[in-house]
Amino acid sequence: MAHLNTTWKHIRRSPYQATAAILIMTLTFFIVSIFAFVFLGSSKIINFFESKPQVTAFFKDEAKQENIEALEAQLNSTGKIANIKFVSKEEALAIYREQNKEDPLLLDLVTADILPSSLEISTVKIDDLSSISDTIKKSPFIQEVIFQKDVVSSLTSWTNAFRQIGIALVAIFSLVSIFIIVTVIGIKISQKKYEIEVMRLLGASMWHVRWPFILEGIFYAVAGAFLGWIISSSILLYVSPFLSSFLRGIPIFPIPWIFFLELLGGEIVLAVILGVISSYLAVLRYLK
Amino acid sequence: MIKLHNVSKKISSGTPILSDISFDVEKGEFVFLVGPTGSGKTTLFKLLIREILPTEGTIIVGDWDIVRLPKKKIPHLRKKIGIVFQDLKLLMDRTIFENIVLPLELTGIKDKDALEKVEEVLLQVGIEKHRNKFPIQLSGGEKQRAAIARALILSPDIFLADEPTADLDPKTSQEIVDLLVEINKKGTTVIMATHNASIVDTLERRVIALESGKIVRDQKKGKYGSS
Repeated sequence: MAHLNTTWKHIRRSPYQATAAILIMTLTFFIVSIFAFVFLGSSKIINFFESKPQVTAFFKDEAKQENIEALEAQLNSTGKIANIKFVSKEEALAIYREQNKEDPLLLDLVTADILPSSLEISTVKIDDLSSISDTIKKSPFIQEVIFQKDVVSSLTSWTNAFRQIGIALVAIFSLVSIFIIVTVIGIKISQKKYEIEVMRLLGASMWHVRWPFILEGIFYAVAGAFLGWIISSSILLYVSPFLSSFLRGIPIFPIPWIFFLELLGGEIVLAVILGVISSYLAVLRYLK
Repeated sequence: MIKLHNVSKKISSGTPILSDISFDVEKGEFVFLVGPTGSGKTTLFKLLIREILPTEGTIIVGDWDIVRLPKKKIPHLRKKIGIVFQDLKLLMDRTIFENIVLPLELTGIKDKDALEKVEEVLLQVGIEKHRNKFPIQLSGGEKQRAAIARALILSPDIFLADEPTADLDPKTSQEIVDLLVEINKKGTTVIMATHNASIVDTLERRVIALESGKIVRDQKKGKYGSS
C-alpha cells in the first residue's frame, strides 16, 4: 500500500511525463487492437469463403432448363463432383431479398429477371476444381464462373501481408514505448536521486526503492492498454453498421462481447509485461 | 556495542583518511568525537552505517561484523542506528511529519501506529506544532530537532549525531545536547561528533579526539582540549 501511495505521488507530481508515457502506450495498444480486429475479421471472411461452394457458375438468361440439366449431368458423369446445387432466378431473388431486407429501396429495384440462375458446385478433391471449372467455362450458356479458391488465396495473401505489417508495427511501437518509459522513469530516478540516497541511508532496501518505479511503469502501460482498447473498440462499434452492410452475408457482426473482453485481458497481460520490462530496465540503468 | 580494531580507510589515490583506529564503546555510553575539520569524524560514522567499507581492520556493531555484512543485511543494520547527518538530509519537498515517518514506512508499520509513534517523537523533541510545515519554514534548531526525531523514530540502539550543534546559537545548542543526554539516559548509546568545546567541557563525558585520521586521545571524562 505504501508503494502504491508513493507511485501515485510520483505520477501526480509530474503530469506531463505521465501523460507522454500513457499516450505512447495508448497508441501502441490502439494499433494492437486494430490489428486484432483485422485478424479476426479476415479469418472470419476466409472461413466464410472456404465454407462456400468452391465453384459458382452463373447462367446466361437464354439458358433453358434442359441446357442446365445437360450441364449438370455432364458434370456428374465426371465422378469428381461432391455436391451440386441449382439456384434458380427466383431462389436467387429470395436470397437477395433476405440479404437486403432492411433496405426497401434495393428490394424495389431488383426483380428475378435481372438475377442469373446458377450452379453451386463442390468437388471431392480440391485438385479437380480447375478441370471442372474449365469444363463449365466451355459451355455456351455460362456467363461467368467464380472460382472461390482464387478469392480465398487472394484474401489469404492479403491477410498474411497485413499480419506481417501488424506484427512489425506492434513490435516497433512496443520498442518505442519501452524506450519512452525507460526515459521517463530514468528522469524520475535522476530527479529523486537525493531522496533515494537518504532513504537508503535510513535503511531502505533496494527493492523498497525500486517497487514504486516498477509499479509506475506498469501503471503507464496498463492505463495505455485500457485507453487504446476503449478508443479502438468504440471506433469499431461506431463503424459496425457500415461494415456490416459492406460485408453483407458474411457472419462477422455483431462481434461477441467475449472477444472484446478477451482482447482487453490479453492487452493488460501484455501491458504488465511491457511495463515491468521497461521500468526494470530503467531501474537497472539509473538506480545503481 | 561498538568495537573498532585497527581500522584504516584510504581513498582511491591512497591518501589515508583514518589510520589504525581502535576503540570500544559500551552499551549506554555517551561519547564525544572531537577533532578539527578533516580529522575523520564523518568518515567514522560512514563506516559504522556501512556507507563505506574500511581498507583494513574490523568493525563490530552489535552482533554485526560490518565488513562481512552481506549487502541485503545493510538495511537491517541502518534501522538499528539512528543518525543525524551533518547536512541533516531532510527532504525539502516533504513536511516534517513526512520526513519523520519515512523510516517507519520502511518497516511496513500500520498507518495508525506510525501516526502515534511520530506524535510521540515530535512531542519528545518539542516540535509538535511544526508537524505540517516544510523544512524550509523552520529555524536551524527546529530542523536539527526534526532530524533528531527522524533518527529516534525507530528507537535505535545506537544514536550517531554528526555536529548537531553546528551553526546554532549557544542556547539552542545546549537544548539539542540536553535532548541527546535525555536519549542517552533511556539507554541508547550516543556518539556525538562536535567542535563545540563548551558543551564537551560542561558534560564531562568520554572524549575520543581525532587528528589527521588518528586517535590522539581517549579519556573517560574528557575535555575538548588536551589539558
